[in-house]
Amino acid sequence: MTNTEIRPVGPEPARTRRNRRTGQTRKASESTAATTIRTRGTRLLAVLFLAPTVVGIVVFTVVPIAGSVVLSLFQWDVIDDPRWAGAANYREILTDSTVLVSFRNTLVFMVLAVALQLLIALVLAIAVNGRMPKWLRSVFRSAFFFPLVLSAASISVVMKYLFNQDFGPVNWLLGTVGIPSVPWLTSENGAMAAVVLAYVWQQFGFSFLLFVGGLNNIPKEVHEAASLDGASGVRKHLAITLPLLSPTLLVASVVGIINALQVFEQPYVLTAGGPGDSTRTVVMVIYETAFEQLRFGEASAVGVLLFALIMAVTALQFRLSRRYVHYQ
Amino acid sequence: MPGPRTSPTPSRARHRLAPWGRIAGLALCALLTLGPVIWTVSTSLRTPAESFDLPPKIIPTDPTVDAYRGVFDQIDVWLYALNSALVTALIAAGQMITAGLAGYAFARLEFRFKKPLFALVLATMMVPLQVTMVPVFLELKTMGLTDTLLGLIVPAFPTAFGTFLMRQYFLGMPKDLGEAAMIDGAGPWRVFRSVYAPLAAPGLAIVGVLAFNYHWNEFFRPLILETSTENLTLPLGLVSLQGNLGTGSISVVLAGVVLSMIPAVIVFVVGQRPLREGITSAGVNR
Repeated sequence: MTNTEIRPVGPEPARTRRNRRTGQTRKASESTAATTIRTRGTRLLAVLFLAPTVVGIVVFTVVPIAGSVVLSLFQWDVIDDPRWAGAANYREILTDSTVLVSFRNTLVFMVLAVALQLLIALVLAIAVNGRMPKWLRSVFRSAFFFPLVLSAASISVVMKYLFNQDFGPVNWLLGTVGIPSVPWLTSENGAMAAVVLAYVWQQFGFSFLLFVGGLNNIPKEVHEAASLDGASGVRKHLAITLPLLSPTLLVASVVGIINALQVFEQPYVLTAGGPGDSTRTVVMVIYETAFEQLRFGEASAVGVLLFALIMAVTALQFRLSRRYVHYQ
Repeated sequence: MPGPRTSPTPSRARHRLAPWGRIAGLALCALLTLGPVIWTVSTSLRTPAESFDLPPKIIPTDPTVDAYRGVFDQIDVWLYALNSALVTALIAAGQMITAGLAGYAFARLEFRFKKPLFALVLATMMVPLQVTMVPVFLELKTMGLTDTLLGLIVPAFPTAFGTFLMRQYFLGMPKDLGEAAMIDGAGPWRVFRSVYAPLAAPGLAIVGVLAFNYHWNEFFRPLILETSTENLTLPLGLVSLQGNLGTGSISVVLAGVVLSMIPAVIVFVVGQRPLREGITSAGVNR
């Protein structure tokens, strides 16, 4: 097609200029020939370089997305042939109380976990950013970031003991400040709280690192000017730090929400979704429906709904952000 | 930790209270953050009889490694660790290669459909693993890769985040270097191989460390894919340890947790900087 005309546009001008500087009198036709060969090599190289990534993404992400949508319209247990189901899977899951509860749980979990995670991370990041010896700062930074490198599954095993009502250190610790023992894993609200706390404990370091990075990008003079004007500490942060940090806040909350909607390890290991269905999350339902009950069509339908939910929440976030995110 | 360093000059007196109060608060938070880890390590060294003691003794009265012996008796730690190491190392190496190549192509090579292809790669960062997991499982099944370590490794090679990171990295390198090499007659491959690839090592380290950390701890995909005992990875083995707990003490479970933490902690200590930079640089999908 127009291929041949487009080809030299990118690298050509720069190279002819250089050629003129080095090679004395090279004819225009010669230099074009050289460029063409080189461009052809470039394109071949691009194809080779991109092939593993692009093929991999198509095979393991793009096709599966389409596959999920198609599968959600069938009934299939892998053993027998798939049977067309149309909207029946969706009708079924939208009237299934466990599925509905799992969506409610996931949303409740998301709101609690993200709010808590961002709040803790923000306060700690501002505190760490204040004046202190350099080594101390890096000690704190490492400490808050450490849980992030541990495995969510094995740390959830640990949390199961920490949250035990009778001999768990959490209740003991609360007892020392006069709070009566909490039935963490055996009551509905307690179990949700335990899952949220276990998750936030592991994840807040992520937002914390983002905030520390964001705070470092705020010019020091802004705060100095505010201090000269007599602004108090809290006031300074509410009126200046937060607006200037709002782009980072947006990223942290978008990523936080996307991750929270996919929570699996903590409820799976810590509470197994219980008591009742009180901590069963959407991803747990997808896992159980597909790989325990072998209902692949219904599982895909739940997956498609989760995907739609994530997209909707993310889009909403970016919409709302137009009002409160300030770019410098 | 604080204490002796104070003695401020009178002019700084107004500031004295605020920083130390803040630092004490931070120290308390750091202690709470590390608390569960400290408790895990210390409990894993206690005798079964002592393991439920409250208040928890941080230093066990008579420390014992019995629990660690118990772990090795109950599960095949070496096999699971070997599986985990194999999977993690191959994925990390594979991601460094694919992300390095693709990142370079997007940053420095000219070709058609560059923009839409890059948009495609970026868009896949938003797709949750769980949404695609059922079809991916079926694909792997037709390829005969379910319940193999290869089935865990191959799908993890392409990395949208790593590609994005490496593209940024290559874009940050001066263009003149490559142009100079081209004037000297180097072809596009040579420019990549001899000029830019060696400079990309720190960026590749970020990709590798992030991949190592993520996949060493990975639970969801192995849980779905691996069914035979000989194919389990360490996180799965540990959770199974919890199952036959009836007779044992929690020390055994916690000893297993500590064992699985060791490589993660090593990577944390050695690769803290790349890890932090990787997370901070865009912070998407780990």
